[in-house]
Amino acid sequence: MFGYEFMREAFIASTFIAITAGLVGVFVVSRNMSFLSHTLSEIGFAGASFGILIGISPLVGMILFTLISSIAVGSLSTESSRREASISAISSLFIGLGILFLSLSSESSSYATNILFGSIVGISAKEVHQLMILAIFVILIFIIFYKPLSFDSFDHIGAQAAGLKTRLLSITFLVTLALSVSIGAQIVGSLLVFVLLTLPAATAKYIVHSVPKMIIVSVGLSLIGVWLGLYLAFITNWPVTFFISTFEVIAYFLGLSYKNWRLNH
Amino acid sequence: MIKVENLSKRFGNQLVFENLNFQINDGDFISLVGPNGSGKTTLVKIIIGLEKSSSGTIKTSGQTIGYVPQFRNIDSDYPLSIEQFIRLNLKITLNPEKRRQNNDLINTILQRTGLTEIKDRPLGLVSGGEKQKAYLAQALLNDPKTLILDESTASLDVEVKNQLMDLVQELNHKYQLTVIFITHDYDLTKKYTKRALLFKNKTIEPIDVQKVSKDMFEMEG
Repeated sequence: MFGYEFMREAFIASTFIAITAGLVGVFVVSRNMSFLSHTLSEIGFAGASFGILIGISPLVGMILFTLISSIAVGSLSTESSRREASISAISSLFIGLGILFLSLSSESSSYATNILFGSIVGISAKEVHQLMILAIFVILIFIIFYKPLSFDSFDHIGAQAAGLKTRLLSITFLVTLALSVSIGAQIVGSLLVFVLLTLPAATAKYIVHSVPKMIIVSVGLSLIGVWLGLYLAFITNWPVTFFISTFEVIAYFLGLSYKNWRLNH
Repeated sequence: MIKVENLSKRFGNQLVFENLNFQINDGDFISLVGPNGSGKTTLVKIIIGLEKSSSGTIKTSGQTIGYVPQFRNIDSDYPLSIEQFIRLNLKITLNPEKRRQNNDLINTILQRTGLTEIKDRPLGLVSGGEKQKAYLAQALLNDPKTLILDESTASLDVEVKNQLMDLVQELNHKYQLTVIFITHDYDLTKKYTKRALLFKNKTIEPIDVQKVSKDMFEMEG
């Protein structure tokens, strides 16, 4: 399958996406932000359609929209109850906008399906490079902020009590989350990017009990998911997203069963 | 030593307290009592620098203060083990010597708080008393000279409350750790603390611990 250039590009791109999403996912899950990451992917869809409408790259449109809205959500609402409500409102607005932008632009609807559901074909070498740079940037931010971000994500109240600048950490995290959503949507699509941003980390949570181990398991599961998905999509011609999400969901339920089994033994 | 002079706090137009004057000496074991909403937690937040006062001063002798907050979001799905939870408060280091020192420190703290045997259990699955010990252990990591416990015994059984307070008392005796204990529990106040400060009529006054009674925790009319 590596005889085809598009498969090589897709393979490299999805490897970077899986590493980034698996890493960021650990913090999405520990900060209880699965819902926000889902919303950000819908906002990303609107951003990509906006990019197409005004003639800029969909990736740039996506980054622009997700960055602005994640920072807005972060600074609007610190209480989780209010956050849920404001996220729902913002999400509805952006799905509507995304559909409007697409209908106003002259692009065909197949482009919309690509943004929404992902595609392994048609990712160019240039786009792969953009993804790699963004992914490396996100990973570097996590290496730099690893310790305080872990403290704040796994024990927000303790981190506040210890005098950490939790607000700054929250904004830093939201920026990297917005970038990760934009990166991930390129392969798995904006509607299912949250699969990679939540399920592998949620599975890891049931199996291991330290932050580094959670990162290893989460990145591992998301890598296996995308590699397996690409391979199966290549031989069956079925959508890659179907295989990735099926694998991650099975892994999640196995993880949950393992946890329950351990509890009873 | 912590010396508070003429301290006042307002949120907008609302006065929380005014003209607080008191001193906490090294090795003290003091309880901070008063009804809900009287400003106990606000005062503590000002002492540790999480809130700003409206006026007045707080002088400390440059010591580290460990704070164990009142609420924590730890549900039964919480993934980290007790040891990993405590380690969140460690500074990162790549220096092998410092890493070894950190490991020694963790082991010492686990031992002092009686958590060594259960250090690998997920924090979400241990009892309320063990959770409180883990919170205490995490706060002890920075080698504080003063420890502030905010309602740490609130949701525990009587027996577990006493175990936790025995531990705190031991830390106070053996290591001269200054303890500020915010509480609604007058039995514990009488049994363990050496002095008490009572929040009353928007200010604070020293009170004999043996005279602390239930009505002091009721809302002012």
